[in-house]
Amino acid sequence: MKPLVPLFVILAVIGLAYGGGQLADTRYLLGIVLPYAAIATFLLGFSYRVIRWAHSALPFHIPTTCGQQKTLPWIRSSWIENPHNKRGVLTRMALEILLFRSLFRNSRAQIEEGPRLLYTENKWLWLGALAFHWSLLVILLRHLRLFVEPVPRFVIGMDTIDGFLQIGAPQLLITDVVVVAALLYLLKRRFTDRRLRYISLYTDYFALFLLLGIVITGILMRYFFKVDLEGVKQLALGLVTFSPTLPAAVGPLFFVHLTLVSLLFAYFPYSKLMHMGGIFLSPTRNLANDSRRQRHVNPWNYPVKVHTYQEWEEEFHDKIKNSGLPLEKE
Amino acid sequence: MPEATPKPEELVQINYDPHEKDWRKTRPEFRKGTFCHAALPKDVKYLGLPNPRDWQPPDVDWKLPPNWKEIILQGMKERLEKFRSFRLFMDICVRCGACADKCQFFLGSGDPKNMPVLRAELIRSVYRRYFTTTGKLFRGLAGARDLTEDVIKEWFYYFYQCSECRRCSVFCPFGIDTAEITMMVRELLNLVGVNTNWVIGPVANCYRVGNHLGIQPHGFKDSIDFAVDDLEEITGVRVEAPINRKGAEVLFIVPSADYFATPHYYTLLGYLMLFHEIGLDYTFSAYAAEGGNFGLFSSHELAKRLNAKMYAEAKRLKVKWILGGECGHMWRVVNQYMDTMNGPADFLEVPVSPFTGTRFENTRSTKMVHICEFTSDLIYHNKLRLNPSRNDHWKVTFHDSCNPARGMGLLEEPRYILRKVCNHFHEMPENTIREQTFCCGSGAGLGSDENIEARLRGGLPRANAVKYVRDKHGVNLLTCICAIDKATLPTLLEYWTPGVDVGGIHELLGNALIMKGEKERTTDLRGQPLQQKSEAVHA
Ligand code: HEM
Ligand code: SF4
Ligand code: SF4
Repeated sequence: MKPLVPLFVILAVIGLAYGGGQLADTRYLLGIVLPYAAIATFLLGFSYRVIRWAHSALPFHIPTTCGQQKTLPWIRSSWIENPHNKRGVLTRMALEILLFRSLFRNSRAQIEEGPRLLYTENKWLWLGALAFHWSLLVILLRHLRLFVEPVPRFVIGMDTIDGFLQIGAPQLLITDVVVVAALLYLLKRRFTDRRLRYISLYTDYFALFLLLGIVITGILMRYFFKVDLEGVKQLALGLVTFSPTLPAAVGPLFFVHLTLVSLLFAYFPYSKLMHMGGIFLSPTRNLANDSRRQRHVNPWNYPVKVHTYQEWEEEFHDKIKNSGLPLEKE
Repeated sequence: MPEATPKPEELVQINYDPHEKDWRKTRPEFRKGTFCHAALPKDVKYLGLPNPRDWQPPDVDWKLPPNWKEIILQGMKERLEKFRSFRLFMDICVRCGACADKCQFFLGSGDPKNMPVLRAELIRSVYRRYFTTTGKLFRGLAGARDLTEDVIKEWFYYFYQCSECRRCSVFCPFGIDTAEITMMVRELLNLVGVNTNWVIGPVANCYRVGNHLGIQPHGFKDSIDFAVDDLEEITGVRVEAPINRKGAEVLFIVPSADYFATPHYYTLLGYLMLFHEIGLDYTFSAYAAEGGNFGLFSSHELAKRLNAKMYAEAKRLKVKWILGGECGHMWRVVNQYMDTMNGPADFLEVPVSPFTGTRFENTRSTKMVHICEFTSDLIYHNKLRLNPSRNDHWKVTFHDSCNPARGMGLLEEPRYILRKVCNHFHEMPENTIREQTFCCGSGAGLGSDENIEARLRGGLPRANAVKYVRDKHGVNLLTCICAIDKATLPTLLEYWTPGVDVGGIHELLGNALIMKGEKERTTDLRGQPLQQKSEAVHA
């Protein structure tokens, strides 16, 4: 049972953090030591991975071309899907990163009697993925209100839009609902789609459970078990100014949230979550299809053994001669 | 088609929902029809590749070198440094599954390890085990597994059921290109002497003689001369087809199948007619007599060793630029590798069409133009007299070949030509053409007879789309610009979609081309009678 192991791990972490959130010593550990360690791991690990990728050579220009190339002036080229210059590449990358362009192409294949292969539109994954990532981004930015004093204007503006439904107090934020729904959808796919279940690894479930854990504890604190926001802010500000103090009034639920977040940060560089950095470097997307227009150099290009014309002519000399083809050496 | 080939009704018993077992616990079965034979030791030796020996995939003992594991791991390490694509694609897959049902080999077999994501996991799991901290520490929990001989066998089976078509890469949100991973694994297998005859045989021939079949210079000349005679009979015009002529303006390189196989041959006739009609100053080469490059299906190094002939010969013959014929993977190499591997071609000039004055700016550095770029430019500038009704016996569709589509983007040029040379052109459904085109199922060196079941399966999605236009519009000709397509699609269509022939763009151009001094044409280039209704001449 693939999902169970990661689920137990997350539950165990939650349990430990909940307990630890109630004792002075462990509060110090979870509230100050762990976040620093996690952030350090994240920063170092993330940079290391990106540098590692960047360090690997880029021998050939291998963009996947998804539209008409630029050739003759009277043929309209797809300058985004098959970019031939920087502007095209940047636009293509922006669409990939901001709107998940490629995922938008998704379809689902079925085979029917006949046989007949059917490809039906399938935008759910795209929608779910977009909903999850954008909500996550908004939520992340929202946390700036804890770390920056005075609270930046755009953060306040964002919350006003986010809370436009004006339900409840504190106001219900759309992103909170969306992020949970999207995560549950992504999780559901892994359970119910047999193909996906087959390819999923422990770590795939782990990432989703971890994110769900974070989101749910966050929501619990905001709407159900109020935490002492002043205290949290004091801790957050302390952490970023390197003069951390532990507020007394913050309850164990907050420590669960913080521990899970720390775990996410620490885990990030070791996991598939690195796709966040990787997408920028993907050579099938971030290169222009201009390799006939412009020469690219392979840094490790080396001479290879070839069968030269002279060797060839020597070997087939008589046959070439008899067939009347010209020779270099008679 | 081999005797034991299953019937279509049997083959389509496909289920896209995998059985429940863990994929790490299943092993491929080397069943007749689903794998390619091993390379011959003499070819392996001739090319100077490692571990030449007699062996076959169903053997229990593959006679790997004693330190095979070390070789593979060392090979991986090296390639992780040399190819950013490899390292990145090992790291960032999120297993979202978007690519799963995009591969024709999965769609035709339902074998879960043919899902691109799982194909990649076959090596990704090994990468994690030996190259990542979490994999070393947590093993199975981190999705890692040990490298064993069974893994090597599994790699061989599944990475020779990938045609390096890049279709999965179009759909992956991170552009993960399983073709790139397949290239890496094939290189690794190469290092321990695990090769196929269908790849290494043609490579050895091409290296030594100049083309895949090993047709020697005089044989090459004979085939071209034969075509010239044939053309005179059909058109009444005697064309010239020079070979190894120094000082010509253009070196013309075609896939060798164009002069030794049908239906490719009719395309060759089309080229010859075209060049005669416009008076192109060109030459073939008997040394660089192969556009195709099966080296690409084995390793970057072999690709480079074969490709080197093109520039070398262009230099020796002192031509100004190079023109390339209808071939798929040849154009992957020319477009994305040639200049980097064997350039700079500073002894050539930027290609300019002598007839239209068009400067092919897009080939400024590589100096090699695709025949469809060249011809569509001629037609656009009204340089050809065409009678499309001579193709009225054909209801035509167009199959985008993987490499020109996803490794180049040559989509409109062939269509432009088609629309001018025939009157009945129908596109297949949108999800099956252009960048979403399906592979013929035999690309990247899978096209051997012994591999027939795998090919028929891989070709199912393409054939099925052809069936759609056959039934809807009465399509009876599938055109394409790839030699492997032309070689393998006839078998495929006969099996899945009878009643549809396969041809090339320049075959139809040849049919439609009105030549100065031609006799009245009664047959097309295949010798089939024309059904000429009107002399609607498009000048
Ligand atoms: C530049 C930023 C990012 C981009 C462009 C991006 C893009 C994507 C895309 C296209 C997918 C595939 C669709 C899906 O399965 O949802 C995906 C999956 C995923 N992303 Fe991101 N992502 C980014 C940052 C992040 C971050 C910061 C996190 C979490 C901390 C994250 C967590 C995930 C997870 C857990 C999945 C897998 C979902 C599943 O299991 O189905 N991503 N991402
Ligand atoms: S589409 Fe890309 S990220 Fe998704 S499973 Fe396939 S290879 Fe992995
Ligand atoms: S490159 Fe083509 S054949 Fe290979 S896994 Fe991807 S879709 Fe399948």
